[in-house]
Amino acid sequence: MSSLLEAKGLYGGYGGADILQGTNLRVEADEIVVIVGPNGAGKSTAMKAVFGLLRIREGEVRYRNETITNAKPEQMVRRGIAYVPQEKNVFPSLTVRENLEMGAYLMKGDLSQRLDKVYTLFPKLAERRRQQAGLMSGGERQMVAMGRALMIDPQLLMLDEPTAGLSPLLIDETFERIQEINAQGIGVLMVEQNAKQALAIANRGYVLATGSNRHEDTGPNLLANPEVAEMFLGG
Amino acid sequence: MTDILQLLIYGLVLGSVLTMGAIGVSMIFGILRFAHFAHGDFMTLGAYLGLSFISAFGLSSWWALPAAMVGMAVIAVFIDQVLYRRIRRTQPVILLIASFGMALILRSLVQLIWGSDNQTYTSGIQFPWQLDWLGGMRLKPDHLWIMLISLGLVAGVHLFLTRTRLGKAMRAMSDNMDLALISGIPAERVIMVTWVIGGALAGAAGVFLGIDTRLHPVMGWTTLLPVFAAAILGGIGRPYGAIAGGMIIGVSMEMSTLLIPAAYKPAVAFAIMVGMLILRPQGIFKGTV
Repeated sequence: MSSLLEAKGLYGGYGGADILQGTNLRVEADEIVVIVGPNGAGKSTAMKAVFGLLRIREGEVRYRNETITNAKPEQMVRRGIAYVPQEKNVFPSLTVRENLEMGAYLMKGDLSQRLDKVYTLFPKLAERRRQQAGLMSGGERQMVAMGRALMIDPQLLMLDEPTAGLSPLLIDETFERIQEINAQGIGVLMVEQNAKQALAIANRGYVLATGSNRHEDTGPNLLANPEVAEMFLGG
Repeated sequence: MTDILQLLIYGLVLGSVLTMGAIGVSMIFGILRFAHFAHGDFMTLGAYLGLSFISAFGLSSWWALPAAMVGMAVIAVFIDQVLYRRIRRTQPVILLIASFGMALILRSLVQLIWGSDNQTYTSGIQFPWQLDWLGGMRLKPDHLWIMLISLGLVAGVHLFLTRTRLGKAMRAMSDNMDLALISGIPAERVIMVTWVIGGALAGAAGVFLGIDTRLHPVMGWTTLLPVFAAAILGGIGRPYGAIAGGMIIGVSMEMSTLLIPAAYKPAVAFAIMVGMLILRPQGIFKGTV
């Protein structure tokens, strides 16, 4: 059986020098895969490249055995890939409900089932459905952002630092939600700074450094790897 | 007191015209990130299209309104497709200069086709109602219609923005362009609808202006400054702000004639705009700049 997502030998960047130097990534259908690495390693860049937000100069991205290299975001969404950027990931003047509706813009038919599914996962969003997203706290906004992405019933959810700027309590909750989402059969690919916690819930992890793969292993093995620990887990 | 009420009515009529223009300017800025300098000349062209329509079919003056709105919606989309779309991915300042060029082209076209003399929709004089219960204040039926139709159009825009999928997508794009693209919102389609609405409302503004006063080739260009002032006052990129801004600028301009000569009306709009840019540049409703 083919992988859900497979990226091979990616080279590319924001127009200047390549940031990605032959990055490889793979996500299986039911996995949580975490990308960790020092600042400037190209973690977010790799995610953006996979989702078609910046040009891949060389290399290939395959989704369910279909080449999607440099496809437009719209085509990614249609295929069932959802992406949550790290910052500015809500529509601030829209209500929570409208934010969610925008996530499903390309989906035809009644949205109520999709909305119910998101509200079940994030009951707080149901309470606040009429509130403007821009007026919510960082943690609530992150829920809106994830909820928006889940509205397409994705097979692959890509999260760029979902816990950035959150309190420890909210970080725990976010990781719990991610596990719940994954338990519904959604593959998760995420970039995380909270490497220890992220690797603890991950099936596999990648350690990127200067745009290329440094290590690839199961979450626990990476955590136990002294070289990885020394590099950035803070010893 | 009657004077003030009378001026308030004139202000609300002018405010209606400005609002129609400012909603379009604000929406276009929100989605495409440039100040559309040809918007005043969209108003002019709309007014003249209406004139040709009613004289061709021998209709009464208000028939100019639907003709101008439909005509300008089509022309706005056409201009976007042939000019602005090609330079969409360049810097906003290039779009701004291009729209300035388009303004000059449209104005010259109007002069070429309709001449540079003043024209009117109807030659007769309309007798105002004398409202004795309001201290003998006078109200022209046309003025009442301008205010009522503006109200209807504003309500229509509101319903579109809050109730329809495309309208919400328009607000979403104005909020966060990148996230809109990531969500799969079709940008070109939203842009097209923005021009349809902006063009139609500019056409309405032109006809209102023509009915209120007269038609001449610079009628829209001279109205552009207060229209921009209204859009900036309300918070550019925020269509609701444009409504508030339009009314405030319109009423202020008319009220100012109590204190200063009427020729300074545009200066009042300019002063409010400058003051706003100094004190609260984001506008009444937080704009997208």
